[in-house]
Amino acid sequence: MENFEPVIVAFCCHYCAYTAADMAGSMRLSYPANVKIVRVPCSGKVDTIHMMKALEKGADGVMVAGCLEGDCHFKSGNTKAARRVVFVKKLLEEIGIEAERLAMFTMSAGMGTRFAQVAGEFTEQIRKLGPNPVRAGLKARKAAEKVA
Amino acid sequence: MKTDSVLEKVFKSGQIAVTGECGPPRGTSVAKVKEKAELLRGYVDAVNITDNQTAMVRMSSFGASLILKQMEMQPLMQMVCRDRNRLAMQSEILSAYAHGVNTMLCLSGDHCKFGDHPMAKGVYDLDSVQLIQMVRKMCDEGKFQGGAAILEPPKMFIGAAANPFADPFELRVARLAKKVKAGADFIQTQCIFNLDKFEQWMKGVRERELHKQIYIMAGVTPIKSVGAARYMKNKVPGMDVPDHIVDRMAKTPKEKQAQEGINICVEMIQRLLSIEGVAGIHIMAIEWESAVAEIVQRSGLYPRPKV
Amino acid sequence: MITAERKPLAEIIDSIDAYKRILLVGCNECVTVCAAGGRKEVATLASALQMDFMKRGKHIDIREMTLERQCDPEYVEQLAPYIDQVDAVISMACGCGVQEVVRRFKAKRVYPAVNTKFMGASERPGVWAERCHGCGNCLLGLTGGICPIARCSKSLMNGPCGGSSKGKCEVSSEIDCVWQLIWDRLKELGIQDRYEDVIMAKDWSTERGGGPRKIVREDLAQ
Repeated sequence: MENFEPVIVAFCCHYCAYTAADMAGSMRLSYPANVKIVRVPCSGKVDTIHMMKALEKGADGVMVAGCLEGDCHFKSGNTKAARRVVFVKKLLEEIGIEAERLAMFTMSAGMGTRFAQVAGEFTEQIRKLGPNPVRAGLKARKAAEKVA
Repeated sequence: MKTDSVLEKVFKSGQIAVTGECGPPRGTSVAKVKEKAELLRGYVDAVNITDNQTAMVRMSSFGASLILKQMEMQPLMQMVCRDRNRLAMQSEILSAYAHGVNTMLCLSGDHCKFGDHPMAKGVYDLDSVQLIQMVRKMCDEGKFQGGAAILEPPKMFIGAAANPFADPFELRVARLAKKVKAGADFIQTQCIFNLDKFEQWMKGVRERELHKQIYIMAGVTPIKSVGAARYMKNKVPGMDVPDHIVDRMAKTPKEKQAQEGINICVEMIQRLLSIEGVAGIHIMAIEWESAVAEIVQRSGLYPRPKV
Repeated sequence: MITAERKPLAEIIDSIDAYKRILLVGCNECVTVCAAGGRKEVATLASALQMDFMKRGKHIDIREMTLERQCDPEYVEQLAPYIDQVDAVISMACGCGVQEVVRRFKAKRVYPAVNTKFMGASERPGVWAERCHGCGNCLLGLTGGICPIARCSKSLMNGPCGGSSKGKCEVSSEIDCVWQLIWDRLKELGIQDRYEDVIMAKDWSTERGGGPRKIVREDLAQ
């Protein structure tokens, strides 16, 4: 447990969070290396199955990061993403996986500091939660895949 | 005279008819039925026996009606469309009539959701208008709803309900007309607290001369406390209790509220009786049957006519 | 369309817990439109089930398939090559689809993953509402094109009960009083006098009164 380094998948909107992450880099603001960024054209593009698959494959936390309310490049992709996140959280609760492993954040392209802060805080939160319980089955899964 | 109904006889005599109400017990207590009915004896022409009111299981209307017959009182058997299909309804009507029940009231019935069996399947094979039609056909044509002849058909005096306070208001006179057309003999209205609205409805009724085709009984309820007034105002669907009535109850000291409720009821009856087309008063003193005697006496409706 | 809603996951998990290989079958028709059992929902359910198994240190083999129409034998046949490779089938189609799979593959256990609800329409995105009861003898022509059988809580055919208030049903403020809708519509059409035509007691033999129903088109039947 002491050596537990969570894996965080961050779906970042090209128009805001992804640029913000980039800016955090150029501002030399550090954020945990645990955060693996997946660039998406809009947070609204992140479907239920993307969040589910990330967790199923063993990610310990999933962030969806989109534009500030009212600022979506495609009008309402971010609000749709927020509602989808709520939907998946409920689904996770149904199978006894902590809903806190999934979160939605909003920011603008210029908020490099906010990205670094959010990424840091979320990573810490997941670190406290511990490993994704799904990991318990990774061995069984690998065995099954080997047979196949 | 179409039937042996005492209620019909009172109407036909041109006098104001009075009915009361008795909700059967949630159990087998004959004593409870008798106790409630005794409080009404001599003060009303017939006693409505509710049919699983508010969708709570009770002794059946037919069963409790029989107890009233044994007491030599006049039951007015209510029947709702919620609990029975047309077979059960017709057989119950035959049975009731065979035991001397000659007056009934046809209702849709409160939805199961409000009762103690919200998981029950509502039947609604017929609606209240179709139920009226069916009873009319049984009595006048001597035929079941399905068309076969009835051996010694019943002769029921057929009642229906009207709620002038429900929406859409502008349809409410037409709905009464529909019940007249279906063959109802008399109407009992929802409890009246908003007199202005009732008068407006009666105006529409008179314009179409419906009051000449059907006996209209105005419904009243004595309010026992300000809490009851508020509950009826806010929680009971289709009930219209104006603020001035709630305020009047609220201003009255707690120990005098019940008496004030009776005062309001008596005043209401006196005003209702001055409205052209009102042929009777239906007093729904729910779980407060002891109030009926005073209300009837003070309203000048006592003694009841011998017909 | 026929609408449906996914069952609670606990119930689905309970039904398949003993199996190692399952076939999860969706349908491209109604349940896709109401987002209950289409390809996306199949994928999501498969992932959720897998996570539940993995959380318990187990693994389940789930094959996902979504048929064009699960209530049609022609498409159900597409499951044939895979059926022997699985222990059980979970169907995300309506009850009709589930039973077609059962009829074709008699030896296989088939479990429903959705609760089939009603025949309805999309009121707005994400909201489906009951519109038709399938009574077998349509009276929409008499009621201004709005159905009191399906949409009145008491299926009243001759007008609103005493519980209609401000356009809403006494059962719930979420339910429109259908008789208010019908009345408004009759007025719009200028035919409110038609309200007073008494609709006679319904012949329910065309509904469930006549037992399970069947339609046979002689020219098409083989």
